[in-house]
Parts: sequence; structure tokens; C-alpha cells
Amino acid sequence: MATLTIDTCSRWFGNVVAVNDVTMSIGPGITGLLGPNGAGKSTLINMLAGFLPPSAGAVTLDGAATWKNPEVYRALGIVTEREATYDFLTGRQLVVASAELHGLPDAGAAAQRALETVAMQQAQDRKIGEYSKGMKQRVKMASALVHDPQVLLLDEPFNGMDPRQRLHLIELLRRMGAEGRTVLFSSHILEEVEQLAHQIEVVVAGRYAASGDYREIRRLMTDRPHQYTIASSDDRALASALVADASTAGVSLEDGVLRVQAREFLRFAELLPRVARDADVRLFEVSPADESLESVFSYLVEN
Amino acid sequence: MNRTIVRLTAQGMLGGRRLWLLGALALLLVVIAVATRLLAPVSEADAAALLRAVAFSTFLPLFGLIVGTGAIAPEIDDGSIVHLLAKPVSRHTIVQSKLLVAVGAVVALAVVPTMLAAAVLGAGPRTVLAFGAGALAAGAVYSVLFLLLTIVTRHAVIIGLVYALIWESLVGSFVPGARNLSVQQWALSVTESIAPSGLVTADVGLGLAYGLIVGGFVAATWYAGSRLNALTLTSEE
Repeated sequence: MATLTIDTCSRWFGNVVAVNDVTMSIGPGITGLLGPNGAGKSTLINMLAGFLPPSAGAVTLDGAATWKNPEVYRALGIVTEREATYDFLTGRQLVVASAELHGLPDAGAAAQRALETVAMQQAQDRKIGEYSKGMKQRVKMASALVHDPQVLLLDEPFNGMDPRQRLHLIELLRRMGAEGRTVLFSSHILEEVEQLAHQIEVVVAGRYAASGDYREIRRLMTDRPHQYTIASSDDRALASALVADASTAGVSLEDGVLRVQAREFLRFAELLPRVARDADVRLFEVSPADESLESVFSYLVEN
Repeated sequence: MNRTIVRLTAQGMLGGRRLWLLGALALLLVVIAVATRLLAPVSEADAAALLRAVAFSTFLPLFGLIVGTGAIAPEIDDGSIVHLLAKPVSRHTIVQSKLLVAVGAVVALAVVPTMLAAAVLGAGPRTVLAFGAGALAAGAVYSVLFLLLTIVTRHAVIIGLVYALIWESLVGSFVPGARNLSVQQWALSVTESIAPSGLVTADVGLGLAYGLIVGGFVAATWYAGSRLNALTLTSEE
């Protein structure tokens, strides 16, 4: 059982604050680190991995600092997002070298096991430079798993994977989580995190935004004010009918475009067709105006 | 020292184009010696002057720059250094292992060709040995200095070139005091101490030179390890 702790941690680069006063604790099982691109996920993972010191606060694994402490890597496996590896080695040579650097008694056998875990035995004797992106990702995974670590950190592991590789990785991570290992992976795609993580930590613009299981996060993301643009047979009549209901937060009619701000998603979804029918207005088009992930995240931050 | 890191470094550094470049440099040095010998009669003093100008002033700094940066720069640039850093291995061990490969390359591809060139030019055994020892001292110190520079800054090659071209040749010739801080002068001092007397002159006393070579090598190796320990890795995010 291993626990990663981020304690009132900030990290800035010159004038840019990448991580702002974040505190979280990551225990056994699978945790997803969710946030839009540029939210500071990679910076957090780099600090957890001991590749970057926090500017303020502390990052520890079971009480031991990860920065300037190579001994933590006995319990830690890391798969970074950057693709570069030793292209001049074969997949097997890379994993064997990893096993040797960990000082494992039987490096060859350990490498074999790790390569089997990621299903790379077929291609193990080809040069890494000839691998596809997904294969590189898998051989890096094997290299990170070769010492059977208690903690696994993965930065955007699903990037560039085809659906079959994705399923395989999901299965592998689930197995590791079920074995009581601490698995943390980052992603900017809610569905990806939802599918896999039992615990989700959301970061936006370097700050902690929300955490919980996927149901809580899903609820937070759908139960928020939504904005719609609506086209109908009589926008003015529809606007006046909608504004009478409490679930409508605001209505505007500008340049012939009807915009509605709804307070709650579900209630509004039910309200709109009923109101339109009662007012004898035909709806031509209802489209959400701010469904980008960024707007969802910024809502979470404001709350 | 770690055998796995030595192996990976040797494969990375000497596989591919860098080996050809180093081999070509070594060959060029020997070719210059052969051509000089064929075209004109060469005394031992001429041989010493030529080796000093070609091998010590130009060839060795350049060679040290290529192997010193080549031992670690590509990995830092493309981020593959994480494969070494994410392991329970002391950063000092990583530096020492990489340095071993760099110095090995210096011996095989710089010290031996320098001695060969000296022999081709008709220098006696003692002079050949003297230049070999000087080349080893210079090559080893250049290697560790440029390795350290690569860990400290991303502009190691530029700074290294400026040092090799401007400091070693220009400043040293106008400002005598600067010669105390010239690796080339330290190495010449080593050569002077072995060669027949009067053949080579150096501006740095032998004791000081040996102290600076050994002390500088050890200190730079240690400092490179502790700087590697504090190397930060960031992603493109």
C-alpha cells in the first residue's frame, strides 16, 4: 500500500504559475487526473515523479520526498508523455537495461515478464526507432513495470493509441488497481477517466477544482448553467414564455438570435418542449453554446 | 560505475554519425602528419611545434567538445534521459559511467592518433610518450568540462566553441595570466615534463598544472553529478 501526497504545493516557471496551491492524496486503486490541456497535469506528474521540485509545498511518497531521492524509484514506475527513447536499442534491450538499472537479480526473466504483460513479445527484437507510436508507448510501459512497482504514474497514456491498444491498457491498469497498487494517470478526456478511475481529481488552470468518483464529477459537470441558442417559429413568444419559469436564468433576443441561459440542465431539458408546445411555437434548432470542455472546467473552478 | 550505463552510452555516442566524425578527425590528424613528412624534412622541434598547433590547439578541444557533450546532450535534449533518471541509481554513478565512455573514446580516437602523428613525424619514443600523456590530460579534462557544461546549460556547444576558439587561442596569446586557466597550457606542462628538455615550453608550472588537472577533473566530475541530481525535466505542456 503506497500513498502519494501533494501538500499545499505550487510550482511556477518565472512569472507563470503552473500549479497553484494544490493539495491531494492519492492512495491505492486507480486515480484519474482530469483537466484541459495546459492545466498543469504534466507539471503535477513531473513533481510526483521527482523530476521537478515544487516551488512551495511538499511532494512525498509514503512520507519520503520524491525530489532528489533516487531511492523512491524502487517503488515507482513512470511512463512520461514524451516519446523519445533509445531508438538504437531493440524493445527487449531497453527493458533488460531497465531491469539491470533496478538491480534485479534476473534481469532477463523480469524483462520477459514485463514484455508479456504489455503483449510486446512479437516485436521485442525490432529496433525501437521502427516502432509505431503505440508500440513505443507499450515498450515504455514494460520498462516502467519491469521492477513490479507499487506506484505507477502515467502522463496522458491514451494519447495516440488505437481502440484495441486502449482496451488493452485499460485492462492492464484495472488489473494493477485491483492488486492494490497506486495508479495515477492524466487525461483531458472525461469519458476516458470515467471509464477507468474510481477516483477523479480535476485540475484547471493550475488549481485544484474538484474531486470524487465519476458520478459526482459527472453530476458537477451536467448540473451547471447551460447556454443555448434557439431558432423557432416565434422567438419572441418563446422568450416570454421561457422567462416565466424559475429554471431559466436569463433570456436575450439580439439580432434575431434567441439565447437562453438555463439554471439546471435536466429541468430545462424537460421545460423547453413543454413551454414551446403550450405557446404553440415550433422549435427548429436548439444548440448548446458552450459545451467546450474548457467552459465546463471554468465553471467548476468558479464554484 | 555502472556497466549498463556504460553500455548504453557507448552505443548511443559511438553508434551512427558521431563515430564517423570522430574517426575522420583522427584520420585527418594522421594525414596531416604523413603529408608534412612527405613534403618537407621535419626536425623533432618542427614536429613538436606542429603537434602543439594542430593537435593541442585545435584537435583536442574540438574532440573533447564532441565526446563530452555527446555523452549526455542528446538524451537531455530529447528527454530520453528519464530512462536513467527514473532508476534507483546515484547521479554520480551516471556521470562517472558516461565520463568513462568519453575518456575511453578520447584514448582510442585522440590520444592514439596524436601519438601516431608524433611517430610519423619522426619524434623519438620519449617525445611520442610526452605528447600522448599531454593529449590524455587535455582530452580527459575537456571531456569532463564539456559534460558538466551540458548538464548546466542548454548552450553547451556554443560556450564550448567560444572557450576552445577564443579563450584558448586568442585571450591566452594576449593576456599571459589567462594561460593559468587554459587546459591546453596544463596539458603542455605535462608534455614538457616528459619530453626531452627544451623541446616544449609551457607557461604553467608543473606542480600547478598537475594539481589543476587532477583537482579540476575530480571536482568537475563531482559537481556534474550533483547538478544532474538537480536536473529538472519538464514536458512541452
